[in-house]
Amino acid sequence: MLAYAIRRLGQSLFVLVLMSFLVFVGVYAIGNPVELLVNPQADEVERLRATAALGLDRPFLEQYWVFLKGAASGDLGRSFVYNVPALSLILDKLPATIELAFVAMVIAIALGIPLGLVAGLKPDSLVGRGIMAGSILGFSLPTFWVGLVLIMVFSVQLGWLPSNGRGDTATVAGVPMSFLTADGLAHLAMPAVNLALFKLSLLIRLTRAGTREAVLQDYVKFARAKGLPQGRVIGVHVLKNILIPIVTVIGLELGSVIAFAIVTESIFAWPGTGKLLIDSINQLDRPVIVAYLLVIVTLFIVINFVVDVLYSMLDPRVRLGGAGASH
Amino acid sequence: MAAGTEGPWARFRADFAESRLAVAGLVLLVAIVTVGLLAPVISPQNPYDLAQLDVLDSKLAPGEKGGDGRTYWLGTDDQGRDMLSGIFYGLRISLGVGIASTVFALAIGLVFGLVAAYFGGWVDTLVMRIVDIQLSFPAILIALILLAVLGQGVDKIIVALVTVQWAYYARTVRSSALVERQKEYVEAARVLALGQARIVFRHLLPNCLPPLIVVATVQVAHAIALEATLSFLGLGLPITEPSLGLLISNGFQYLLSGKYWISFYPGVALLLTIMSINLVADQLRDILNPRLRK
Amino acid sequence: MSAPPLLQVDGLRMHFFTKAGVVKAVDDVSFTVDRGEILGLVGESGSGKSMTGYSILGLVDAPGRIVDGRIVFDGTDLTRLDAAAWRRIRGNRIAMIFQDPMMTLNPVLRIDTQIVEAVLAHADVSRESALARAREALVRVGIASPDERLRAYPHQFSGGMRQRVAIAIALVNGPDLIIADEPTTALDVTIQGQILFEMQKVCRESGTALIWITHDLSVIAGLADEVCVMYAGRFVESGRVADVLERPLHPYSRGLIDSVPSRNERGRPLHQIPGMTPSLLSLGPGCPFRERCSEATPRCAESPAITEPAPGRRLRCFHPVP
Repeated sequence: MLAYAIRRLGQSLFVLVLMSFLVFVGVYAIGNPVELLVNPQADEVERLRATAALGLDRPFLEQYWVFLKGAASGDLGRSFVYNVPALSLILDKLPATIELAFVAMVIAIALGIPLGLVAGLKPDSLVGRGIMAGSILGFSLPTFWVGLVLIMVFSVQLGWLPSNGRGDTATVAGVPMSFLTADGLAHLAMPAVNLALFKLSLLIRLTRAGTREAVLQDYVKFARAKGLPQGRVIGVHVLKNILIPIVTVIGLELGSVIAFAIVTESIFAWPGTGKLLIDSINQLDRPVIVAYLLVIVTLFIVINFVVDVLYSMLDPRVRLGGAGASH
Repeated sequence: MAAGTEGPWARFRADFAESRLAVAGLVLLVAIVTVGLLAPVISPQNPYDLAQLDVLDSKLAPGEKGGDGRTYWLGTDDQGRDMLSGIFYGLRISLGVGIASTVFALAIGLVFGLVAAYFGGWVDTLVMRIVDIQLSFPAILIALILLAVLGQGVDKIIVALVTVQWAYYARTVRSSALVERQKEYVEAARVLALGQARIVFRHLLPNCLPPLIVVATVQVAHAIALEATLSFLGLGLPITEPSLGLLISNGFQYLLSGKYWISFYPGVALLLTIMSINLVADQLRDILNPRLRK
Repeated sequence: MSAPPLLQVDGLRMHFFTKAGVVKAVDDVSFTVDRGEILGLVGESGSGKSMTGYSILGLVDAPGRIVDGRIVFDGTDLTRLDAAAWRRIRGNRIAMIFQDPMMTLNPVLRIDTQIVEAVLAHADVSRESALARAREALVRVGIASPDERLRAYPHQFSGGMRQRVAIAIALVNGPDLIIADEPTTALDVTIQGQILFEMQKVCRESGTALIWITHDLSVIAGLADEVCVMYAGRFVESGRVADVLERPLHPYSRGLIDSVPSRNERGRPLHQIPGMTPSLLSLGPGCPFRERCSEATPRCAESPAITEPAPGRRLRCFHPVP
């Protein structure tokens, strides 16, 4: 287990450095931020001074080296636009994004697995077909357009829910959270549902497919032959088997929810990292883009690790590090 | 094709027709593609010929008549553009980008997947490691950064879409090619000293096609949705190439004042397109998946 | 003939209603099993023998349905029970063992969980006493170090061991009847013999009746008291094992017996029944075996009734083998 963790950490570090290089190269190629930042009437001298102040006059590799050295000590550069450390800018916005992503995922899981089970157990029934049709629809609906329709219906037509911002927040351990206040919840509802919709459809399909295969297995028939109540056959024998692939997918999708929050945050003006990223791309705020990506990559690596550990706990046949006994 | 292939083809058609929903999806898809192809012919106006636009007709609600007496069934946008025509032209661009990127991505993924499966060893390890790393990141994130670097344009968004998609094909092709490679006929072909290219393209490739068709169908829908999303965020296509995503984005600012149709109807067109492709893809997967076959 | 039989299956019909048509998987099958008796249910794959087993347990899934007949178990017609009452009999008074031990145990649950839940489903006892019963059941089927084995997962067992666990699960509630669906087919020959011996011993000791479903007559010969032969979902003939094997009356049974290698003299070519099992979908009235039967006459296009040619023998054929 320890050897596995160490090897895993090494791999992750390698991916992180590789990503930082790729991102740095890529972002380095984006237009000249000085053009955007300096007063258009400024003369050449002023431009040069601004360039030097941002360290943009130095050779590319040197810039990368400076960045790497800084990164190792937690300094991912200063935002060109806000002139504050890029990392703290990201970390300030991160709780909003994580809250949104987490609530969306909870909605998707809480609805997706039961609905998928029902659809998988009764694939030919009206309810099963209805759930499946709904999931095909959810799969096909472009997230951003659903966001617009939600605003159209619930904000413009009905006037029930606010269409932008986080609303009131309550502070937990120094972190502001929307879901603790009524106003915050009202603000959270639409973005969270919007973000959850696609994952919900995915989970329904995954659960349904898993259930359909599982119920045909002999172990399910044997469990029924033991005279177990239907609830236990489904809730333990079927569910525990289909949960293995589902947990993996949920883990992987957690990362993608955070990425997709970019779209939802833009629509609902949710003050998270995604909106910050889009703003930074438009303003060519390189350090913030790089910092965002590195934070996200780190987050992904952590999530993947947790998923692997969970996976090995759920499936007795899997032993981390491949050293376990089998057969 | 010879008469001998008629059997499986007829059976395939019968299997496909088993789901009425899938048939409906296919009919819808054909209709949408036809509309896209014929957009210049069937559109009431050329939405990008400024001479045909009248600002006085801007933001008309669906069904209202314009200054020249004609009815705008889906309303007009902020520049007096007929939304119906805009959607027809937008479909053309969305479908074109989706299909073009899928074709390129498929070709690239196919080559890398086959090479990885056929040669194995370090080639395989290298290709699959790149695929794994890439697939561990959400497509939208990679495309977003690429477009931030590349800028706007049809060619650029296709590059971005191809970049995020090739890995799916490479993985699919490799896994089915690996299965095929174990089989005796490939061994026999090797013993017969057939050329490597011949073994790969005449023997491995045809057997990888069924899963590839399924993945490609799904990916066209993904590509269209992704392009629309990126365009909506202002990072995809330029305003001169108005795909459905851009039309929706354009109408977003008028949504809060109740002028829903500028965003809503292009969205419906986008939804119908993606849904019809997904319905067809679902049925294809069920037909081509031997595990669910009864 | 004094005590009523433990199980009486009478005119059972179980059909699948598929899109392609009605599949008559079990079509008019009757037999009885007395307490402590071992019945061999014999037939080729697709003969409906497994489906008969599932019907008795109430494990028939849609689109399948029991359309006619009675399954009288210990005086109660099971087909008239509601789902909950049938469940209380399943695994408690009638247990079942399946063919492939690699597939019947749930791969993600520990052995103790899988045995204990079977106890707790039918008895209101504490987990500790359920665990004690589980341990005892493992010992009875010859598993060494049961405490360690209880905490293991199925993948840590061999095929033969898994089948022993499945048998232990079947036995744990002390059933009156066990239905064993080819439980040795998927195992190595040496293991087959062990399991067979173990099953026989356990059933004789505890007085449990057994329905042994198989396609292999040689297994039945040394194991069963009675045998019931099925073909294409229909009853063919039944009787004491020795009688049926010695003097089969139905041409199909004779064909089956002649195709068993051990019963042939050296050097003689193996007998084989010509043709193939008919599709259950296109099966019309009349004897389903007539296409392959050497004795068939035009009369066989009608369905023969069940006759009793000798005491304890039952037969469905117009032209019994002389």
